[in-house]
Amino acid sequence: MTAYIIRRILMLIPVLFGVSLLVFSIIYLIPGNPAQVILGQRATTEAIAEVERQLGLDQPFYIQYFSYIGDLLTGDLGTSIKTKTAISEEIWPYLAATMELTLVAMVIAIFVGVNAGIISAWFHNSWFDYIAMILALIGVSMPVFWLGLMEQYVFAVRLDWLPSTGRYDPSTVIDSITNFYLIDTLIQGEFGKFKNLLSHIILPGAALATIPMAIIARMTRSTMLEVMKSDFIRTARAKGLNNIWVVYKHSLRNAVIPVLTVVGLQTGLLLGGAILTETIFGWPGIGRYIYDAIQARDYPVIQSGILIIATIFVIINLIVDLLYAAIDPRIKYK
Amino acid sequence: MNDEAILEINGLKTSFFTDDGEVPAVDNVNLHVKKGELLGVVGESGCGKSVTFLSVMGLIPQPPGRIVDGNIFFEGTELTKLPERKMRSIRGNDIAMIFQEPMTSLNPLFKIGNQLTEAIRTHQKIDKATAKERAMEMLKLVGLPRTNELIDTYPHELSGGMRQRVMIAMAMICNPKVLIADEPTTALDVTIQKQILELMKNLNEKLDTAIIMITHDLGVVAEVCDRVAVMYSGKVVETADVKTLFQHPKHPYTKGLLDSIPDIRQKSNHLYSIPGNVPKPGSIKSGCPFAPRCDYAFDRCLADSPELYPGENDDHEVRCFLHAQEESETQ
Ligand SMILES: Nc1ncnc2c1ncn2[C@@H]1O[C@H](COP(=O)(O)OP(=O)(O)OP(=O)(O)O)[C@@H](O)[C@H]1O
Ligand code: SF4
Ligand SMILES: [Mg+2]
Repeated sequence: MTAYIIRRILMLIPVLFGVSLLVFSIIYLIPGNPAQVILGQRATTEAIAEVERQLGLDQPFYIQYFSYIGDLLTGDLGTSIKTKTAISEEIWPYLAATMELTLVAMVIAIFVGVNAGIISAWFHNSWFDYIAMILALIGVSMPVFWLGLMEQYVFAVRLDWLPSTGRYDPSTVIDSITNFYLIDTLIQGEFGKFKNLLSHIILPGAALATIPMAIIARMTRSTMLEVMKSDFIRTARAKGLNNIWVVYKHSLRNAVIPVLTVVGLQTGLLLGGAILTETIFGWPGIGRYIYDAIQARDYPVIQSGILIIATIFVIINLIVDLLYAAIDPRIKYK
Repeated sequence: MNDEAILEINGLKTSFFTDDGEVPAVDNVNLHVKKGELLGVVGESGCGKSVTFLSVMGLIPQPPGRIVDGNIFFEGTELTKLPERKMRSIRGNDIAMIFQEPMTSLNPLFKIGNQLTEAIRTHQKIDKATAKERAMEMLKLVGLPRTNELIDTYPHELSGGMRQRVMIAMAMICNPKVLIADEPTTALDVTIQKQILELMKNLNEKLDTAIIMITHDLGVVAEVCDRVAVMYSGKVVETADVKTLFQHPKHPYTKGLLDSIPDIRQKSNHLYSIPGNVPKPGSIKSGCPFAPRCDYAFDRCLADSPELYPGENDDHEVRCFLHAQEESETQ
């Protein structure tokens, strides 16, 4: 197993090279000149040429690419044109904010989705099944931004139960350790602040959870229906096991692999920055960060942001594959 | 009806309610097994053998299936009306069942040891170590080698024959009083088949477990069973001890089955087979279900449905009008 994991990690290297090449090419694909952006509209041609020389933009493509890779390998993600700060320094809080939100959304989605799928499969063709599957169908086809707006209207504006935007009250000061504020405040024993953070994350978390939840519920239901017809489930029941045991031990574990694929994919999508949701809920996440960079034509930030998201995608894929192997002994470590 | 019967099925009717209406897969089955007996149940595919014994286990998929009528007594307890919780304490503990498909009957994701110990820890309050001991003991009993390595393997690492032995070990681990073996050797090749049958006969002798051997192979019955019940179209058509059945079959269907056993002494390659097909359950509304295929059929067979008539000795029953006279003559 260890050898398998190492081999899989080594296999990431060419993939990440490909990703970096793609990301680096972006700068050539989108219109506009970085030097122009830095200097503004009224810059002279000489000044632009000077900046291009400083940035190395006058070098051939492959030289530029290799120096870019060299920088990446030393952990240098470049400097933001807008803020003049090292991107590697300023990107982390945004990324952590998105990760925290994604985590909350996926925990909700998995918990509700898997259980709804199980109950639907167990009592299939019952009223619970029908209602759950209709809701799931609505869930996958609902635009998330619209759902977010409705949530805000109902729970923040009308009922006033939860705050409508932001990650925490502006008056609160949070001493960040990891930038995962929920974890930070728990470690520090700041339960008031923790509650404050939690109340802010519920609405965007629920909005983002909807689609994955619906997909997970449908997937769980169909694979569970399939698995529950298996001979080994009949064996489990013939042993006299109770239903909970039959469902959660013998069926779910067999049904979980296709569900895992969906979870991985959806987690990747959410981490990729749910720009609309983050904008609606004023969430200072990576989606917003990249969106702002696009507005400002802040090329290095766009590049690094996309590179990081792509890398996360690839890593999640790897984790999902490793989980397959951990769950199913028939998957050969080859 | 029978004092020594440990399991007794009376007038069992199990139907499936499908889009085409009610399908009575098992219709008025009467059967019993005595303590420590080896009963064979034979019949062509689709005659209701599995459904009968899934009914006993309370494992009929519901919906679409349901026990519509009849009683099943296990040591005097009526099983068809037993609450699920009580039924669970009998299932796998007092009555165990193994299935036709050894390749798919074990959960692919759990180790053999886990699946065996789970079977015993469901019914007995014993610790993990003791359960493991017992699991290894059982694996040894069914003739598997290197049991301490075996319990850490996954099903896909074992052959079909080994898996079926594991299934038998699992079924026997709680020392059940009745073991239902639903075509346990069908999926295995001939030599392995012989070994498994040998094993089951040994277990029956050693542990005094009553075994119900479901099969469509009369050869299997001849080899291991004490008594045999022949099923046709959801009904038992003849029961007798093995010797009587093979030497003096009464029911035309049983005769047909016996004629279709391959016989090495026979010179010709031609093998007799009963003409026609098994009717779909419920498709024959009146008369003897075997009538369309029966060489002996006469007027009455098309009009009435025969009952299970006891023969001259009580243990040879037959569902055929040809033998209804015997009954009236002897009385
Ligand atoms: N889940 C089900 N839904 C509908 N009909 C069923 C179902 N299970 C069994 N049946 C019907 O019950 C009848 C008896 O099936 P059963 O499995 O008992 O046959 P069998 O004697 O065990 O045959 P085989 O030798 O092939 O195992 C079949 O004709 C089938 O049509
Ligand atoms: S009752 Fe009639 S049709 Fe049925 S088996 Fe006997 S002789 Fe044949
Ligand atoms: Mg069967």
